[in-house]
Amino acid sequence: MLRIVKKAEMTKTKQIGIRILAVILALLTAALLIFAMDLNPLAVYGGMLKGAFGSAYRIREVVIEATSLTIASLGIAIAFRMQFWNIGGEGQILMGAFAATYFALHFPDLPAFFLLSTMIIAAMIGGGLWAMIPAFFKAQWKTNETIITLMMNYIALKWVMYLQFGPWKDPTALGFPKIPNFTANAILPKVFGVHIGWIFALILVFLVAVFLNHSKKGYEIAVLGESEQTALYAGINVKRTIITAVFWSGALCGLVGMIQASALNNTLSIEVSEGIGFTAIITTWLAALKPVVILLVSVLFAALVQGASYIQTAFGIPQAAAELLQGMILFFVLGSEFFIRYRFVLDRAPLGGLEEEMNK
Amino acid sequence: MNLISMEGITKTFGQVVANKNIRFQVKTGEIHALLGENGAGKSTLVNMLSGIYTPDSGSIFINGKPVRLNSPRVAIDLGIGMIHQHFKLVDVMTARENILLGQKGTFFINTEKLTQKIAEFSARFQLDINLDKKVYDMSVGEKQTLEILKVLFRGARILILDEPTAVLTPQETRKLFRIMGKMKEEGCAVIFITHKMNEVLEVSDRITVLRKGETVKTVNTAETDTRELAELMVGHPVDLAIKRPDHPRGRVILQVDQLTVENEEQVEVLKKVSFDLAEGEILGVAGVAGSGQKELCEAIAGLQPIKEGTIIFKQESIVGLSPRQIITRGISMSFIPEDRLGMGLVASMDLVDNMILKDYQNQKGPLINRKPAVTKAKRIVEKLDISTPSVFHPIKELSGGNIQKVLVGRELESRPDLLITAYPVRGLDINVSYKIYELLNEEKKKGVAILYIGEDLDVLLELCDRILVLYSGRVNGILPAAKTTKEELGLLMTGGKGKLEEAEGA
Repeated sequence: MLRIVKKAEMTKTKQIGIRILAVILALLTAALLIFAMDLNPLAVYGGMLKGAFGSAYRIREVVIEATSLTIASLGIAIAFRMQFWNIGGEGQILMGAFAATYFALHFPDLPAFFLLSTMIIAAMIGGGLWAMIPAFFKAQWKTNETIITLMMNYIALKWVMYLQFGPWKDPTALGFPKIPNFTANAILPKVFGVHIGWIFALILVFLVAVFLNHSKKGYEIAVLGESEQTALYAGINVKRTIITAVFWSGALCGLVGMIQASALNNTLSIEVSEGIGFTAIITTWLAALKPVVILLVSVLFAALVQGASYIQTAFGIPQAAAELLQGMILFFVLGSEFFIRYRFVLDRAPLGGLEEEMNK
Repeated sequence: MNLISMEGITKTFGQVVANKNIRFQVKTGEIHALLGENGAGKSTLVNMLSGIYTPDSGSIFINGKPVRLNSPRVAIDLGIGMIHQHFKLVDVMTARENILLGQKGTFFINTEKLTQKIAEFSARFQLDINLDKKVYDMSVGEKQTLEILKVLFRGARILILDEPTAVLTPQETRKLFRIMGKMKEEGCAVIFITHKMNEVLEVSDRITVLRKGETVKTVNTAETDTRELAELMVGHPVDLAIKRPDHPRGRVILQVDQLTVENEEQVEVLKKVSFDLAEGEILGVAGVAGSGQKELCEAIAGLQPIKEGTIIFKQESIVGLSPRQIITRGISMSFIPEDRLGMGLVASMDLVDNMILKDYQNQKGPLINRKPAVTKAKRIVEKLDISTPSVFHPIKELSGGNIQKVLVGRELESRPDLLITAYPVRGLDINVSYKIYELLNEEKKKGVAILYIGEDLDVLLELCDRILVLYSGRVNGILPAAKTTKEELGLLMTGGKGKLEEAEGA
């Protein structure tokens, strides 16, 4: 009989080895799929690399993608440290974008610096407050945050949709349901060809790392995540810690919403979040909630996405197949975590199997 | 012939060798005690016998035949039954239902026939139990009796009892020993795990001592004594007397009056508890597990809402203060729950991060400086001889005893005026236990008031100045330790009336 047994703690090198092996196996398995499409796997993989890093333009695209993903993942990581399962990144991004857009539409003529600063602060407060609602419920009545954060995504989505089709609809768009574009003042400036968000991301990686690992609040978050009993015992104000941590989690997601709306879409729409709130859960988990690793994983993830979209056009691979490749790689890497923690054991016959052992 | 024979058993967990080349033999009709300090490998060994672990090497023979015990099912089929420390009973079911649970056989259960069979069993082993009583209404002793009956009913002839007396009163312990004697008469083999030497001497026929995963010696009980056993367990001669330094009782620092606490179900778990505690005094708290000890600690530490009554600490009421405020007033609580990690320590964090748990808030600014904590952790590791790869190692990977040392060490370092310590030596080996008694006495001499919640009545009697007995949330007597006996404590713990009561219900 095959049994699953928990492994003893592994060495770091062995763990990394297993993960690398997972990527290699993923590439080999995906190669079968590519073969089946009458293509050369090596060429396709080369194409993915080229698509991600092949030109300055493509590198910029990867950086843009990685920027939003990194910031959102940092936000998710703060909540996850407390074992508060914030699945509501999408909603917080949308509400952040909404708050930023309010100022972009109502004060379009403010000087760029003031307008952008206001938008950033508004977005962070918007995302933060949106996240605080489930946090408050959790602190007060111990509700399940997974369900509530998830459901609130849909509320946020429908709210933005309402704005898009109703009060904020652009009257000059010939009946097309879209919110007016931002003025130039409300668009984030570029640094080295990429919007300034990437600098925010780098600074935030540093700040969140310090916050989680060296601040009192970060320590309280980790203690509380481990055990509420212990947190009470240590004199930690449990309710306040939950609400503060989740506020910052939502605030960072809200900031992503501002970046997406301002720098990339130049307006608000229901597509503004691009599923980043969900993708960030994967990247955060893969990075084991460590800020610096989050940066690395986000860049790799962005490269994977860009590479997959490039091979669609370069090799005429259908979008679904490209996404399948992406999914396979993810599946193997995430699946390898299982083999880091567990191993399979084959049981021999319960009785009478002793002779062979004695022969050893 | 030997009923059980384990030869050359070795079991490793990662880097840790839990059992090394162990030889262990049990005869039919004997009570065989397995004695050893925590981490000596007793539990690992019996877990291999009951099919929970499989040995890395070595052989097990039952009745002379080699067996491979690779699942609990196989062990049960071979007649090996284990009574765990934490009973495996379903609370909402009756005794009968628990016994019949998981029975093999036909789809329909012939309850009448089985009930008769159960009755025969309980008569034969003198296990009197009310079969229609629900488990949640049972005392710990009754639960244990039921557990034994259940295991015997399922065909066990080799019974393993893992620290069975840890949760019992002296009276219940005596009853358990009678049951064990009866099992022996009926030809069962009983393996009895413990670290209490007086019990071993009282009840067993032979004793196998383990130390650091190896068999030290198997001795006949009649030919040994406490001194030899302690020496075998520890590896060198030990002094087993606990000192009670005479220290003048200082001024009263803590006054608890008419304290009543309700749990979440609005059941009163502490009823009008009153006592006082002076500087330089150790007040012991005795009681059957779950008599309100935890609630008492938590109420003083500010973790339990208080329904009625007052707690005066240094002439100031601390009722309604936050745990934080109570810590800063000099009250330290270390409560060692059964799983050790429930409260007080953070399992996934390293020693350093656990050191700062209660004092990081005293640092200035929003950031934490961990350097002093590193020094402190290293000091405690050295002082209490904690075995850990480094102070940056997650404590959940340490052994239970070491985890506990981290907690006790930290609490003593915090230099409190009132130290509440519950079960500080639970699961610790002799050396460290005595080290901790010594440390407590040192604190006492410094004038610290100590509230000591204990399990071992011998220790309570030797260490404490006075002993408060809790019985289902009430104070059932406060006695001067020097003038009382174990029997009297046992009587008070089960609700009886003692003769030396100083403060009847007050």
